Amino acid sequence: MRNRWLAENRTQMSILFVLFVLLVLFMISSPKTFLSGDIYAAFMSTIPFSMIMALSLTLVVICGEMDLSFPSIMGFCGYVFTQVFHATGSVAIALLVCILVGLVAGYLNGFLIVKFRLPSLVVTIGTQFFWAGLTQVLCQGLGRTLVPTKESPLYYLLVGRVFGKVPVQMFWAVVVAFFLWLILNRHRFGAHIYYTGDNEASARVMGINVDRVKTIVFTQMGGFAAFAGVLASLEVLYFWPTLGQGYLLKTIAAVFLGGTPVEGGVGTIFGTFIGAIIIGILEAGIIAMGLSGFWTQLVYGLIIVISITIHSVLRRKVA
Amino acid sequence: MKMAEPSEVLVKMVNIRKSFGHAEVLRGVNFEVGYNEIVGLLGDNGAGKSTLIKILTGVHQPDSGEIYWKGQKLVNYSVAKARELGIETVFQERALSEQHSLWRNIFMGREITNRWGFLDIKKQREEAERIIREYMGFTSSALSVDAVVGTMSGGEKQGVAIARALHFQADLIILDEPTTGLSLSETQKVLSFVEEIKKQGKSAIFITHNIYHVYPVADRIVILDRGRVVGEFMKAAIPLEKLVEKLYLVARTGRLNDEGSFSEGTPKGPHGLESLMP
Repeated sequence: MRNRWLAENRTQMSILFVLFVLLVLFMISSPKTFLSGDIYAAFMSTIPFSMIMALSLTLVVICGEMDLSFPSIMGFCGYVFTQVFHATGSVAIALLVCILVGLVAGYLNGFLIVKFRLPSLVVTIGTQFFWAGLTQVLCQGLGRTLVPTKESPLYYLLVGRVFGKVPVQMFWAVVVAFFLWLILNRHRFGAHIYYTGDNEASARVMGINVDRVKTIVFTQMGGFAAFAGVLASLEVLYFWPTLGQGYLLKTIAAVFLGGTPVEGGVGTIFGTFIGAIIIGILEAGIIAMGLSGFWTQLVYGLIIVISITIHSVLRRKVA
Repeated sequence: MKMAEPSEVLVKMVNIRKSFGHAEVLRGVNFEVGYNEIVGLLGDNGAGKSTLIKILTGVHQPDSGEIYWKGQKLVNYSVAKARELGIETVFQERALSEQHSLWRNIFMGREITNRWGFLDIKKQREEAERIIREYMGFTSSALSVDAVVGTMSGGEKQGVAIARALHFQADLIILDEPTTGLSLSETQKVLSFVEEIKKQGKSAIFITHNIYHVYPVADRIVILDRGRVVGEFMKAAIPLEKLVEKLYLVARTGRLNDEGSFSEGTPKGPHGLESLMP
């Protein structure tokens, strides 16, 4: 019984181990920073944006697909949120409209991929440019303040601080993680995502509506990208026209780091959760260690390549 | 032609024709499967076996001809309808999800859930345990329901696919080249699974180009060549060596003998199929 549990969860254990080693390493090399609570509060304020998208992207990758457009959807939805908020003065309405737009943008990806049998990588390169371009055209390169949102209780519900310290967005990231875990592991739909990614032809033969599965998976990606866009904009109380940029590779890296292979069929929410934390603490850790910021990318590269190699070796052992 | 009573047979395909472009793949095929009967469908590549089966499973629509299921003529036939009727295909690629466990594969696409769609994992594992023991003769020590399907042998994979079909009450199981690429012992396993189908009172079509694999388990053997049924034998009526001889003849001439008609070995079985030659 225990062996089975270990065998099934060895990828997740290995990534947890990597996080543990990194934390110990950082604590030893810069105890002042990593033994105080402040740095963790800072992590919890910034990590959720890319974590929420990484969790959502995990479903896409397990399904055997890829989405490159979510950072642009995030940016566009941030713009929509800002505009609707200024037009209506309501955070709630702005949030609702923004998430709806995100879902529609995600659905559009799914529609193109399923209906015209286009490869998702190519479609989402296209829509990535489209949404980023549309944002630029509409906002003319100008940002806009979101300071008045502080009057709404929703602001505090989304990005406030519990006990004046703990960022609420981390709580939302945990909620998203739990929700997606529940769907993926305990719901029929999650099982169908796995089968679709594992062997699409088999899934079809067994009566699974593969097209519907893919469409929903891309749709939810759009919705969560929109949600992340709102959180990121509210956190800094400003809509930046470049919102979303810089999230693409780190988010994808979090998914792969978490042990979900690019071929799909397997993968875990827990792995991505830890993967997103690793990606999030790496930069601060490297700088706190006294290395210059130039080292960040190099260490990113090393950690990712090493972890993915470990995952791949472990998987082959199981198989 | 003496027609059997419709209710005597499980499925009956009458005068099926199908062309793809200019190529006439099926040229008026009559084919039927009785209740609790294992039918071997033999033929070379390009004989039309897979097209015939794809029509039977609703994947392709025939250009002309009729299909009867338990005496009822099928209209607006489709893949979904075929599944609904209880026609289950065990595909060559086995329709399995190789990175997942045996129990998940058994319930793939037909999960046991509560009314909100949440999985009853405990029940699925228990049921799977029962299914592999009952239909595959596996003991839990030999093969765990948690085994990842990708790690199982080719014969075992066939077994999972057949057990799954039996569990879901398929009346007709179509085995598409189930022994291709398997070792001798693995083939033996698959044949025992086929015998299990018979024991369970269900029917099967065993598609193959290897007479040695199908002969031991089949009740009746149908030979398809270039889009026509060229021969049909009750196993009881013809020894294996004679059948092999005839197959060589078909391969050489496209006919069963020089006169182009049946001689010995012609079935006089319950289906009245002796006059199916064109």
